[in-house]
Amino acid sequence: MGNDSSLKIYTKNLNLFYEDVHALKNVSLDIEERKVTALIGPSGCGKSTFIKTLNRMNDLIPGVKINGEVYLDGVNIYQEYDIVELRKRVGMVFQKPNPFPMSVYDNVAYGPRIHGIKSRSRLDEIVEKSLRNAALWDEVKDRLKQNALGLSGGQQQRLCIARVLAVEPEVVLMDEPTSALDPISTLKIEDLIDELKEKYTIIIVTHNMQQAGRISDKTAFFLHGEVVEYDFTEKIFSKPSDKRTEDYITGRFG
Amino acid sequence: MVTRHSFDQELQDLHLELIKMGSLVEESIENTITALKKQDIELARKIFRNDDLIDDLEQKIEKMCLALIARQQPLAKDLRTISTALKIITDMERIADHSADIAEITIRMAQEKYIKPLIDIPKMANLAKQMVKRAIDAYVKQDIELAQKVCDSDDEVDDLFFKIILELINIMKNDSQTIEQAINFMFIAKYLERMADHATNICEWVVYNVTGEHDHLARHIYKDDSVNNPFVDNA
Repeated sequence: MGNDSSLKIYTKNLNLFYEDVHALKNVSLDIEERKVTALIGPSGCGKSTFIKTLNRMNDLIPGVKINGEVYLDGVNIYQEYDIVELRKRVGMVFQKPNPFPMSVYDNVAYGPRIHGIKSRSRLDEIVEKSLRNAALWDEVKDRLKQNALGLSGGQQQRLCIARVLAVEPEVVLMDEPTSALDPISTLKIEDLIDELKEKYTIIIVTHNMQQAGRISDKTAFFLHGEVVEYDFTEKIFSKPSDKRTEDYITGRFG
Repeated sequence: MVTRHSFDQELQDLHLELIKMGSLVEESIENTITALKKQDIELARKIFRNDDLIDDLEQKIEKMCLALIARQQPLAKDLRTISTALKIITDMERIADHSADIAEITIRMAQEKYIKPLIDIPKMANLAKQMVKRAIDAYVKQDIELAQKVCDSDDEVDDLFFKIILELINIMKNDSQTIEQAINFMFIAKYLERMADHATNICEWVVYNVTGEHDHLARHIYKDDSVNNPFVDNA
């Protein structure tokens, strides 16, 4: 499958160990470009661990051992890959909004500045565009200088998304991005994801089955570090092939 | 670990209500045949009362399904089970409606001597009743083989339907005095044929519930089927 040009990311026999714990077992998954891929499964099944391998966020955790391959646009990111470049191309949004304790503007400009952009007008442009793309501009355009920690939870999460978009990534990883948000903020993020997939490849971990059903094109079900089933979302939620998937999504365990 | 206890209980309650509705529908077909054969007005009236009960039960089950969808957000097998229930109650309700339709004609013809001895119509009615009964059994047991068999027997009902129509056409040709009753019998035959169709619909939903695939299982008669179809000029 690796030669298919619509594949943005694919993994081959990916294994990850936390000390003695075998957290990912031979995970081979194809992620299509400009699609939303949802990862579901009970806590501790390896889905968050898996998305963190896609931009090497696990590297610095003590005792972690990784083998297997992860390809981004056909290049193995675990071999001679510039991690700063990798993280620029593969951005991440976390479960809890984690804006920096600085102004709204500086939060969004942080990444571009690190990547060497100094021109004030260029930064203004990037900040506005990113906030617009994150569907936050109208709500914060008059308070760009205020501290980001004063925003609501939903606004903070969209700010974090804007911060990711500001460095123009190709892939956006989201680890339960709405689990700390109210229903309206959740729907705003979901609408946003739907818009973002025109330009970006999105991989989202969610515990909310309905959310996976609403927003994703494909869904992978993880259990005990393995991918039990990976298929079109509609198929997974209407007629899964594996009994374990059925039992999980219908709430029989997990 | 056992989870979702109350959801399972509610699905079980739903199942029991469907069985109850199914047995009421079976009873109404049974009564319909008897009332027609014996020209029994009282029994025919009982069918109307039974029909009201079935309508109420349909509404009750519909509410249960919608509440389950709203509160439990069912997925996969659960979603199929609930949508199957929603679909088959419509078919069951229609079957009961046709029983009432036949009962109405029975009352209208109660004082008349029938233009012919009733042989094929009761036979057809029995077949239709069996199909409905077995369709409900297939649902209760989630038995897709039985469901397929029920659909296969739809052909027999269709054959009888055309046979009855042909016979009635001939009776009418010979004696114009028979036309009114013959038309009534034609309606009755048509209602029975529709009952059998609804039984096949139920079976198709049973198969969907089990397999996730919704296919048409009954073979359909082609309009140019000149062997059986009395509406096609064989000359």
